[in-house]
Amino acid sequence: MTDGTTNEPVYVVDDLIAEDIDAYLDQHQHKTMLRFITCGSVDDGKSTLIGRLLYDSKMIFEDQLTSLEADSRKVGTQGQDIDFALLVDGLAAEREQGITIDVAYRFFNTEKRKFIVADCPGHEQYTRNMVTGASTADLAVILVDARKGVLVQTRRHSYLCHLIGIRNIVLAVNKMDLVEYSQAVFDTIVADYAEFARSIGIDSFTAMPISGFKGDNIIGPSANTPWYTGPNLIEHLETVEVNSAADGTRPFRLPVQWVNRPNLDFRGFSGLIATGSVKPGDAVRVLPSGKTSTVTRIVTLGGDLDQATAGQSVTVCFADEIDCSRGDVISIAENPPQVADQFEATVVWLNDQPLQVGRGYWLKLGTQMVSATVHAPKYTVNVNTMEHVAAKTLELNAIGVAELATDKPIVFEPYADSRTLGGFILIDKITNATAAAGMLHFSLRRAQNVHWQALDISREAHAALKNQKPAVLWFTGLSGSGKSTIANLVEKKLHRMNRHTFLLDGDNVRHGLNKDLGFTEADRIENIRRVGEVAKLMADAGLIVITAFISPFKAERELVRKMLPEGEFVEVFIDTPLSVAEERDVKGLYKKARSGDLKNFTGIDSPYEAPVNPEIRIDTTRITPEDAATLIVDTLLGDA
Amino acid sequence: MATRTLTHLERLEAEAIHILREVVAEAERPVMLYSVGKDSAVMLHLARKAFYPSPPPFPLLHVDTTWKFQEMYKLRDRMARESGMELLVYHNPEAAERGINPFDHGALHTDMWKTEGLKQALDKWSFDAAFGGARRDEEKSRAKERIFSFRTASHGWDPKNQRPELWNLYNARKNKGESIRVFPISNWTELDVWQYIQLNDIPIVPLYFAALRPTVERDGMLLMVDDDRFPLLPGEVPVMRSIRFRTLGCYPLTGAVESEAGTLPQVIQETLLTTTSERQGRAIDKDAGGAGMEKKKQEGYF
Repeated sequence: MTDGTTNEPVYVVDDLIAEDIDAYLDQHQHKTMLRFITCGSVDDGKSTLIGRLLYDSKMIFEDQLTSLEADSRKVGTQGQDIDFALLVDGLAAEREQGITIDVAYRFFNTEKRKFIVADCPGHEQYTRNMVTGASTADLAVILVDARKGVLVQTRRHSYLCHLIGIRNIVLAVNKMDLVEYSQAVFDTIVADYAEFARSIGIDSFTAMPISGFKGDNIIGPSANTPWYTGPNLIEHLETVEVNSAADGTRPFRLPVQWVNRPNLDFRGFSGLIATGSVKPGDAVRVLPSGKTSTVTRIVTLGGDLDQATAGQSVTVCFADEIDCSRGDVISIAENPPQVADQFEATVVWLNDQPLQVGRGYWLKLGTQMVSATVHAPKYTVNVNTMEHVAAKTLELNAIGVAELATDKPIVFEPYADSRTLGGFILIDKITNATAAAGMLHFSLRRAQNVHWQALDISREAHAALKNQKPAVLWFTGLSGSGKSTIANLVEKKLHRMNRHTFLLDGDNVRHGLNKDLGFTEADRIENIRRVGEVAKLMADAGLIVITAFISPFKAERELVRKMLPEGEFVEVFIDTPLSVAEERDVKGLYKKARSGDLKNFTGIDSPYEAPVNPEIRIDTTRITPEDAATLIVDTLLGDA
Repeated sequence: MATRTLTHLERLEAEAIHILREVVAEAERPVMLYSVGKDSAVMLHLARKAFYPSPPPFPLLHVDTTWKFQEMYKLRDRMARESGMELLVYHNPEAAERGINPFDHGALHTDMWKTEGLKQALDKWSFDAAFGGARRDEEKSRAKERIFSFRTASHGWDPKNQRPELWNLYNARKNKGESIRVFPISNWTELDVWQYIQLNDIPIVPLYFAALRPTVERDGMLLMVDDDRFPLLPGEVPVMRSIRFRTLGCYPLTGAVESEAGTLPQVIQETLLTTTSERQGRAIDKDAGGAGMEKKKQEGYF
């Protein structure tokens, strides 16, 4: 197979299939599964290697082979030879471009194992795809072109694999046929890589000289590399330990997905065991409540189990009727995971829209979904040089370390201990896009030590004394739309009616509470967040709070809405067209913004996201400020 | 406590069950698409396992073309009864009215009954998540599809704009009008499906096993004369052959293979030894060169 002419499948169909199918099926049934990723630069031959693995393990059928041969001649890059890469490169657009642009999953078997390969692209802009592919992998094959050696991309891929926690790294020095199978070339590359690997914390890796195109050291020792005595690729893939085996030895954790309650006599908790194992009689604790019970049954369609282990989907029942629902984590009683609401994490940004510091994102970890805000990053990592770089935000493909806070405590473990309870995604609340992936490292002490103080005088008591229903009348609209004018009139009317009110005005707040903030997008978000928190405290005190801020972003207004009990946030959209507001230009600001003297001015060079369904909408071109105030007061008190 | 390494089938089963439960927990109105084929059989079994002792908390939806094999209809009705699930059957009324059929209308038949029918059915019952049995090993463009695949309000698929899926965390949040197609057995291969059927003794349509059946040969495909709607060409006489099917769709569009495999191990054996890939028996992939399925999917075919 090494004379350069053979494209014969070496991994021919097992004779066992033809001779004794029952024995073959028995063997296949007991195979374990290894998931791995291949990464390398554009021309390192990833797709060719995977194509070779599929081809050699007979995972290509005759009709596919026929179209492969035809395609090879038409668009292939290997002359008259079969271009294995064409087997793997799938979508029409990338076939034309000749590059792999996404993560593709491929499957093959050997006698010992089943394999799932994630084919990951080498392009710089596709870090997100690589992180995606690596997140489920037990092992990574890092491809290096023997002619080029360790490149910037090699470092990047290695760093990402290490970051995502892949413990088994294979350095595959590919295209050995093009360097005459030179041991010196191989040794130099391995030495280069070893130095780099140590510097980023990769303790060990397995290096092998291969040719994906010619087949050297893929499924057997190659006569062309007599100097190499290590394992061939398949042999190594067949014997390396898989993650789930290691997970099984950790303490028992079961994130609850779904409560199974077909009737009053049965109550079970369903989920996939993240780590450890469980059997009937085990004492367990439900987090975050901390309630304890004993496992009575592990229920499956095929009958109850004596024991279940990491990686299995199960339904367990308890001896006691304790509260337990989706998002809770069932743990071994004596060794529960931590609960916290502030963390340090590494965050990989996956979305075109950069991180908005302070804005609320949905955070999904295991089966828990909470609202979370990310602080300004401590630093980002230059994935080519591994240098730490100061940054104010995270953009697409950026990797940064930052603190984040959740709106309620979550059950977690450090990512290094549990991918399931330490890995999370952030979801943009407006677009619902998956904005980022992250890995929790540890909780911050202040979260554990600052507890909610239980107050004897409740917010209901505060409101009752004032004989009113608290509310936040949240005015939003362009500068010069008439927010402050109308807000003032509303307060006067309410005051006359013996209501306890307070008006928070944009300009006034910026002289005090928020005088450290400017007008960048990030500062504007923080401005509104603080005002929201103050308004919430005042509403807790029983007041009717009136705020008059441009508050241009929908996400921040939604954030404040979520802080308050249902019905207490009343969005008042002062709807004045830009042309009208600019015409009025009470403070002369539009003129300045138009002349460029004032940056980030809403409506001019910064967006205003109008409310879609405000509780109250005031069209100031059709109604006087006095009538508007009456309408708002009537609506508010009518609701109350 | 000693633990063991799970087998590949145990891991695949656990993953599929995890996905089914996530969708039920997060979607408002999930549904399982049920085509009565072997992949559907596995999906239904996984659903029963995932929620036992409750019945699966969603209905089965069969987007019917009226041209399926008779034995498929029989098994469909039986499985719905046994699983305790509601079975919804949808026929595109326009296709019915215009008498669209695979003999006279070719690609339009699939487009109207299946592609349009599916869209109409999902809209009719306002389903926001639909489980499908597609696998990544079936076809090149599927190898890159996510497990949670989002469709626009008009059911389009944008392969360039898929959400990254990390670990086993799925983002099931939808924008207004969007729906999700969810593929719990994405990571299974054809062999895995067969072996799972064998190990769990899952009922499948008898057409998967070889038997003597009336057939005609057309355009290199062996078609079964399943009922008297099959228009025979002049001089064409059905011949009894020992055949079976590797995939099941509309009988006039589904090619049979000559076979003697009468048991599941024999079928698996034949599958493994065969040199023709699974979807070749179906006419659908052959349009538009190598990107046939990708194109279909962008148009809304499942």
